Amino acid sequence: MRRLAFAFIVLLIPVVLPAQDDLMNLLNANSAPEINYSTATFKSTRIVNGHSIERMAPGQLDVRISHRFGTINSGAYNFWGLDQSNIHLGLEYGITKWLMAGIGRGSYQKTFDGFTKFSVLRQSTGARVMPVSLSIFTSAALVSQHWPDETRTNYFSSRLAYTAQVLIARKFSPGLSFQLTPSYIHRNLVSTEMDPNDIYSIGAGGRVKVSKRISLNAEYYYMVNPKTYMSSQIYNPLSLGIDIETGGHVFQLLFTNSLAMIEKGFIGETAGSWKKGDIHFGFNLSRVFTLQKPQVRENQK
Amino acid sequence: MKRIFVFFLLVNLAFAANAQKYMTKSGYIGFFSHTSMEDIKGDNNQVAGVLDVSTGDMVLQALVKSFHFEKALMEEHFNENYMESEKFPKASFKGKITNLSSLNLSKNGTYDVTVEGDLTIRDVTKKVSAKGTVEVATGSITANSKFPIVPEDFKIEIPGVVREKIAKNLEVTVTMKYLPL
Repeated sequence: MRRLAFAFIVLLIPVVLPAQDDLMNLLNANSAPEINYSTATFKSTRIVNGHSIERMAPGQLDVRISHRFGTINSGAYNFWGLDQSNIHLGLEYGITKWLMAGIGRGSYQKTFDGFTKFSVLRQSTGARVMPVSLSIFTSAALVSQHWPDETRTNYFSSRLAYTAQVLIARKFSPGLSFQLTPSYIHRNLVSTEMDPNDIYSIGAGGRVKVSKRISLNAEYYYMVNPKTYMSSQIYNPLSLGIDIETGGHVFQLLFTNSLAMIEKGFIGETAGSWKKGDIHFGFNLSRVFTLQKPQVRENQK
Repeated sequence: MKRIFVFFLLVNLAFAANAQKYMTKSGYIGFFSHTSMEDIKGDNNQVAGVLDVSTGDMVLQALVKSFHFEKALMEEHFNENYMESEKFPKASFKGKITNLSSLNLSKNGTYDVTVEGDLTIRDVTKKVSAKGTVEVATGSITANSKFPIVPEDFKIEIPGVVREKIAKNLEVTVTMKYLPL
């Protein structure tokens, strides 16, 4: 009888105590493996000047105000460039989970621009393994500056330039992301016959998080076209930035050798050189508004 | 030895026969933070759970990334800065209805219950106890509860700049409609 009582105690305890573990195992056995998508590869839709793989979520409007000041080597008289200011205003909206579009206006050549960015692949682990995220970016820019020569026949199409980019990004760890950006730019009109209408380039950019809310970013575009055949000295754009996130805002403070804030400008028309000190201080300010609330079932009753 | 073995079998058989397990994969857990500066609400409609009505044992499991917010940035910050969902993808609860005797499963109705157990968020496990109700209906059992949690209990760091925007106590709402397994 004592043995029986002992058996009762010994056997009952293991049956009752791990019951919750059993339930947990039962739960896991009944759950399909999930796909874990990588999110927040970058803090913002821009690495510095160029687009990152990030998109606006559906229904979210990003109001962007960006500035590039004059060059730092312009000296104390120009307050190291701060006396001059170049501005770009943007309204960018997430249409679906995989598509965003935006419009903008930059003071550089009085340019209007519009773009779309859509997601083709999303980096994931779990039930589906995908090593990288891939998006396609397309944009058009319209230079609205007065014609330099009003006497010749000027076509409207000559104001236009187009960009296509493939954004390939990987978030290696929560703190480290990298992106490659092969880019193609077509300019309907160029200054002289020496200048190519088509510019091929490859961009590389990345970010390192230094804290949960601050990251260091760098970005470089290498122009494949030989620059010696261009009528003016063009440099590859190199930009270094720091992202600071404060609730609904992302501030990007940056240094770059390019003045323009759209692809057609900073890839094909960067006239500044880091070596000579033609460095512009600038910032991108992003404020996100929710225009359309996502549908969430409050309760399942 | 033989006797023990037979007894073991009997005990297990008895439990297996009694085990009436209910399950859902689309339960709801939401949390709400109210301050004068901002209201923050996160909803997760993909919570999985099993309830064993013969013992009162229950488990819940939620993917942190399945919490959705009105503002996409809130969702990003929730995952990136507070919950670190890549490091800690799941939150779970293992517990028990402590007053199972007050529950009459053969009669439809709403019963008050108390649940006690271990809540694990960000690999930090804390004992919690919450009052709630169990609604017995034909073919389903719905468990409801509301209880407060303190983010700091789970080593969630909230920087000074945004401390005013996040309530000291978050109100957690749980609604699980279980179906027989």
